Amino acid sequence: MQIRPILAALRHHRLATLLIALEIALACAVLCNACFLIANRIGNMRIVSGVDENSLALVVVTGFEDTQGPDVNARIIAGLHGIAGVQSVSVINTVPFGQQVDSAGINKDRAGQIQGGQIDFYQGGPGTVQALGMKLVEGVWPQAADYLPLHDYFADDSSTVISKALAAHLWPGADPLGKEFWCDRFHFRVIGVVDHLAIAQPGSRGTNTAEWSAFVPTMPGRFLNGTYLVRADPSDIPRIVRDAPAVIAKVAPDVVFDHANSNTVSDLRHNYFERDRAMVGMLLGVILALMLVTALGIVGLASFWVQQRRRQIGIRRAVGATRGDILRYFLTENFLIVTGGILLGIVFALALNLVLVTQYEVPRLPLYYLPVAAVVLWTLGQLAVLAPALRAAAVPPVVATRTV
Amino acid sequence: MFGYYIDLAMRSLKHNKMLTALMVLAIAVGIGASMTTLTVMHLLSGDPMPGKSATLFYPQVDTDPTNESNHAQPPDVMDYRSAMDLWSSRRADRQALIVDSQLKVRAPGVDLPPLMETMLSTTADFFPMFDVPFQYGGGWSAEDDARHARVAVISADLNDKLFAGQNSVGRTLRLRDSDVRIIGVLKPWRPSPLFYAVAGGRFSGGDTSSFYGKPEDVMAPFFSGLEINDGHFYQFNCWGIPTTPGHLEAAPCNWVQLWVQLGDAGKVASYRRFVDDYAAQQKALGRFTHADNTRMRGLMQWLDFNGVVPSDVRLQTWLAFAFLAICLFNTVGLLLAKFLRRSGEIGVRRALGATRGAVFAQCLVEAGLIGVLGGVGGWLLTMIGLWVVRRQPAAYADMAHLDLTMLLTTFLLALVVSLIAGALPALRASRIPPALQLKTL
Repeated sequence: MQIRPILAALRHHRLATLLIALEIALACAVLCNACFLIANRIGNMRIVSGVDENSLALVVVTGFEDTQGPDVNARIIAGLHGIAGVQSVSVINTVPFGQQVDSAGINKDRAGQIQGGQIDFYQGGPGTVQALGMKLVEGVWPQAADYLPLHDYFADDSSTVISKALAAHLWPGADPLGKEFWCDRFHFRVIGVVDHLAIAQPGSRGTNTAEWSAFVPTMPGRFLNGTYLVRADPSDIPRIVRDAPAVIAKVAPDVVFDHANSNTVSDLRHNYFERDRAMVGMLLGVILALMLVTALGIVGLASFWVQQRRRQIGIRRAVGATRGDILRYFLTENFLIVTGGILLGIVFALALNLVLVTQYEVPRLPLYYLPVAAVVLWTLGQLAVLAPALRAAAVPPVVATRTV
Repeated sequence: MFGYYIDLAMRSLKHNKMLTALMVLAIAVGIGASMTTLTVMHLLSGDPMPGKSATLFYPQVDTDPTNESNHAQPPDVMDYRSAMDLWSSRRADRQALIVDSQLKVRAPGVDLPPLMETMLSTTADFFPMFDVPFQYGGGWSAEDDARHARVAVISADLNDKLFAGQNSVGRTLRLRDSDVRIIGVLKPWRPSPLFYAVAGGRFSGGDTSSFYGKPEDVMAPFFSGLEINDGHFYQFNCWGIPTTPGHLEAAPCNWVQLWVQLGDAGKVASYRRFVDDYAAQQKALGRFTHADNTRMRGLMQWLDFNGVVPSDVRLQTWLAFAFLAICLFNTVGLLLAKFLRRSGEIGVRRALGATRGAVFAQCLVEAGLIGVLGGVGGWLLTMIGLWVVRRQPAAYADMAHLDLTMLLTTFLLALVVSLIAGALPALRASRIPPALQLKTL
């Protein structure tokens, strides 16, 4: 295929060519960045919580005094146990994708000089670790004697099981077992490490801190009450959540059932990422509309060119060009314009990404997005121009002999 | 002449329905996307107190004496003592303390299960200062604040829920274990954002949609609120662990917000000085270590500092306008094709005496007509877009409606976009030499 005559012809349509190329360039920039944003959001949504989400539900009640805590705990645990299919009920402060409850900055020394960052504390009574189904990779689970009663926030000296990510952050390369950290006057000693344990609101403090969490065995009572972890077979869990309000209204009529925060953990997860899903939907919509508009623009302009050049096409056909030659001419012309657009689009895409990086804490665009976008746009261009090009190829040679 | 051009434009648009439809569609989709996001932006970035925001200020002092934070900015809210000192000196025209807490609410004699509601504990000036509208009754007085009166103001929502919208002034509400008398019921009131409670935006990672929630359903005098719900107050942040959880009056914690109203520039300057002097005095007393670190932002500055518009919404607006730009280029290309296809016709008009300006005007009228049609389509798509936004789980979703300003903006934007798109092709069309075109006929 000869490219020079195509370029020469394009020189007569500089403005239209430039417009299509600019459109492709903008489309390339938006396409790359929108796809990248989608990939980021989907990455966020894939976070591993470290607990058996499908077998767990959270039941939350409020509206009672701390002094009533032990009584409320006893009534509700008994009540929930009465629902068919419930395997275990334990008291916990929150779960991944639940409300953030105990989040605090920790120190690696007693004096509070070496900061360890802000982490989430999960506090749970006996039975919680078994119910959560976390996977221990080092050390041991808390024993019965490790569950200590609280006087306010934490016991003075607690054993704790931390996530692998937190261990790697606090003591990189070292064995975390037996290591200690402090939160104000409270002291914690690591007795076990689990492979994953997401914080209650993963991503709220950045992606690298999404698993900075510690489980602290705690005796339920005045300072640990009102939030219950229910474990059951995944098929029973939705029904148990539905039945819980009625059961609680019977066993503890004075408390307020917290409908917003009582749910299966898988639904809590689903709701937690609602905003990300909405954004992904919007971005997909933009991408689709964008491709459609770009394709229609190419169709419109190519049709115009074909109509404008009917005579020239007829002459070419009359002097021996085959239909294939004409078809290839328009396909190649489109390929050249789209290529020009893509080259400009790469610059635009990187510039747009730079804006996003500085304004919205989006990571840098990986370069492999660029060739993928190029292939997509080349395909789009070729498909869009196909119909007008076929119409051009169908122009009979006899047109050359007619005027207008 | 304009009428004639409209007639010509109609004929021309009817001549090639496919191409016309493509152009109208491109403009409609671009306008629909950008107006949907622009309406949401308009809703979220507007002035919640138009006409009054310039007199409202948010003083801040650096209450944290430790070196755990970098002290680049003072904390977003104050500890009890600082807030109380500034408030009780009464140096501003009006001043209001603000603190939120959760508590159990029941209405004796109403057969409904107890509710958990957010209670706003504030001082008497809150209502006149923020022009809070009342349906029944009114707010409380400074004397009620001083004698810890057991009174409350409730929202229209809660009044509907508990008392079926009847005038409930004089009725009793049980807040936790205390009975209070309802003295006022608000009209539906929905400032966007809930500006007086905004704080901590810089720590939210751009997820600020919670700033657009509804106002509290229960409002009680500040000190009464602290007594009624003692033990259930949450800190914004602490530089030491409070000795009694939920009881923060003496705790090393920030949890109280203070708003002041200052009528003129002189008062603003003197209040600024007052805050600075207070911080210096507290440093002398050994309570503060960073006395210079004070701020007093105006309402709009405070909202801006907190980045109240969620980053997702700003991102969507960027995307929508990039998309509109693509639609614009698309329309330029198609209009160019359309006008140049009529080169012969235009050549004849020119030969018969039409000036370049006349041809240019004719082409622009045609482009404008496409813009108006695209505007109608864009308006419909905006309505659909906003309907989708209202179904989102965001706190501001219920407020996403097209007001008159944005409706007019829709058509104006469509017209402007189409005229911009039409300018270049029209210029090219007006440059068509008559002779060359006549020769080919």
